[in-house]
Amino acid sequence: MPLLEVKNLHVNVGGTEILKGVDLAVNEGEIHAIMGPNGSGKSTLAQTISGHPAFEVTDGDIVYGGESLLGKKPEERACAGIFLAFQYPVEIPGISNSLFMKSALNAIRRSRGLQELDAFEFLELIKEKANTVEMDEALLSRSVNSGFSGGEKKRNEILQMAVLEPRLGILDETDSGLDIDALRIVADGVNSLRAPHRAMIIVTHYQRLLNYIVPDFVHVLNGGRIVRSGGKELALELEEKGYSWLEEEALARS
Amino acid sequence: MPTANETIERLTSQDYKYGFVTEIEEDSVAPGLNEDIIRLISHKKGEPEWLLDWRLKAYRNWQTMEEPKWSNVTYPPIDYDAVVYYSAPKQIAKRPGSLEEVDPKLLETYERLGIPLRERGALAGVAVDAVFDSVSVATTFKAQLAKLGVIFCSFSEAVRDHPDLVRKYLGSVVPYADNYFAGLNSAVFSDGSFCYVPKGVRCPMELSTYFRINAAQTGQFERTLIIADEGAYVSYLEGCTAPMRDRNQLHAAVVELIALDNAQIKYSTVQNWYPGDKEGRGGIYNFVTKRGKCAGVNSKISWTQVETGSAITWKYPSCILLGDNSIGEFYSVALTNNYQQADTGTKMIHIGRNTRSTIVSKGISAGHGQNTYRGLVQVAKKAEGARNYSQCDSMLIGDQCGAHTFPYIDVRNPSGQVEHEACTSKIGEDQIFYCNQRGISTEDAVSMIVNGFCKQVFRELPMEFAVEAQKLLTVSLEGSVG
Repeated sequence: MPLLEVKNLHVNVGGTEILKGVDLAVNEGEIHAIMGPNGSGKSTLAQTISGHPAFEVTDGDIVYGGESLLGKKPEERACAGIFLAFQYPVEIPGISNSLFMKSALNAIRRSRGLQELDAFEFLELIKEKANTVEMDEALLSRSVNSGFSGGEKKRNEILQMAVLEPRLGILDETDSGLDIDALRIVADGVNSLRAPHRAMIIVTHYQRLLNYIVPDFVHVLNGGRIVRSGGKELALELEEKGYSWLEEEALARS
Repeated sequence: MPTANETIERLTSQDYKYGFVTEIEEDSVAPGLNEDIIRLISHKKGEPEWLLDWRLKAYRNWQTMEEPKWSNVTYPPIDYDAVVYYSAPKQIAKRPGSLEEVDPKLLETYERLGIPLRERGALAGVAVDAVFDSVSVATTFKAQLAKLGVIFCSFSEAVRDHPDLVRKYLGSVVPYADNYFAGLNSAVFSDGSFCYVPKGVRCPMELSTYFRINAAQTGQFERTLIIADEGAYVSYLEGCTAPMRDRNQLHAAVVELIALDNAQIKYSTVQNWYPGDKEGRGGIYNFVTKRGKCAGVNSKISWTQVETGSAITWKYPSCILLGDNSIGEFYSVALTNNYQQADTGTKMIHIGRNTRSTIVSKGISAGHGQNTYRGLVQVAKKAEGARNYSQCDSMLIGDQCGAHTFPYIDVRNPSGQVEHEACTSKIGEDQIFYCNQRGISTEDAVSMIVNGFCKQVFRELPMEFAVEAQKLLTVSLEGSVG
């Protein structure tokens, strides 16, 4: 049974249908890349899986770990192991980054009947994880994402993923706005989280990130549907020919 | 699925927990205000002639004053002749000698409010003076404090037992002509707390007064007077609640603090008067004058307030920094939800040399709440080396509320240094979703964000009350982000 199964998913945002029947199956241990031109519905798919209230599922289903996610609150999905690395990480003034992560980790642990970590245990954990994404420890005591550079925000997302150890990590255009060094650090962080029991969905516009994180599968989303799926070579083909190639092909078929 | 808005709506719409009424026979005077009523109140309290004279002078002066209109709040005209100016449980009027003689209904009321008055069950390390409508019901730990020379009693007892101290300091910080509501209070005040800490004594426990308005149509007009003699230290806490009623009720208190050489007074308030219902009906008009005088060198007065209740709050706990090197502090969290309005802040008047003041104000507006910070920093001609730091932050929850800031700065000495920082933030759906996506529920997210916003103020509160204040804030917000 796949870890995640998206079946004929239709999603409306503000009355407009963005996803028009998406099917996708992701097994444990796999990395899937979702590519596609701007406005194709990539971020909508990522946000819908994580339960953003603005995205309305009008048809189809999202099954995760054998259970439908529809009707589950975003925090319930998070506690079940779904993590979204945001395209635009949100600033929360007044709450330190490390308190935020501690609250999140302990909320998830509570939901699973595990003992909460105390301040010392958490400090040890967070220092170790911060190392893996080459995050300056000073950023842990600063307010969540407040005044962080673009690269620091994205690294902070990967750090949170490392701390929360999800079963399904979804990266929504994590590569956008990163210079080459930051891209490498983020990719190294993601690669270090590859594990047989963990799946990842990487949403990206460009092939560039996939030089560093090699996916098992690549899907192309266009006009609210997955128009093509393939192995990692598909990404290279797209890089060479552009998305218009697929559109022309689709036109030819119809 | 409930959106963040709905969750916050549910959270902020939680019922006011302290809205019950105590069924007890009260001795009340007829509504209305005139010299006879004032004479009657004074007579009921068995007051000396000088105090009655002071009240009457205050009343005559008040009649010439006009209700202030400059504050950023709106309310229908108050009919001062419809207010009952004195109301006391019948049995208390006869002055019970000990707690055993106090009506169990009154003791029970305070139990329900979480303020046990029997010393055995009392809050550890906190002495309480309980004021019910117009009178003090009981004061705990009096005997223990007396051993150190600390006087802690109701205002009426102080008038009877320590008239010299009262006469010397009453009105010395807030004269009866100071402002309209202080004038009204001076004419009709009924009870309150009195505290004197003698030279060199560090008061070993928190002193506190718990104000409860019970009777309908009754205004509460209490006075608090705290004197810290040379080198003394006292930490004082005030808490307030009232039953839910459809009519607005007036609370016009006066608090005067005096710190002599090297003395320190820390005054904390957790104000949770009935705020009115969700449509803005009822609730307390909290029109209060609080002022401290750092009369001596190196003295310090620190105000901390958490204002979550009242339909309207109008108060500016202030410091007159008269002594050289004296320090004034003001830490405030004011929350307005539903139709609550607050116009609050402080005045720091620097007169002595090298005087310092700090202002940290955190305003939170939710629902249709309107929150105004109004503050004055004044550096007088002779206040060589005066310094002030002000920080004044607002948080908006939802899109129907408002935050307003009116800082007044008046510096007349070129060596004065005044800093003012301000910021406004908003709890948005995106922040809530971000927290949700990390596993944190909406309630916890709002509470975490608001508490994070207020932590600079909460850490100034005595430990036991900091926790209470955090909870109170969470409850008061139930039902409000967007």
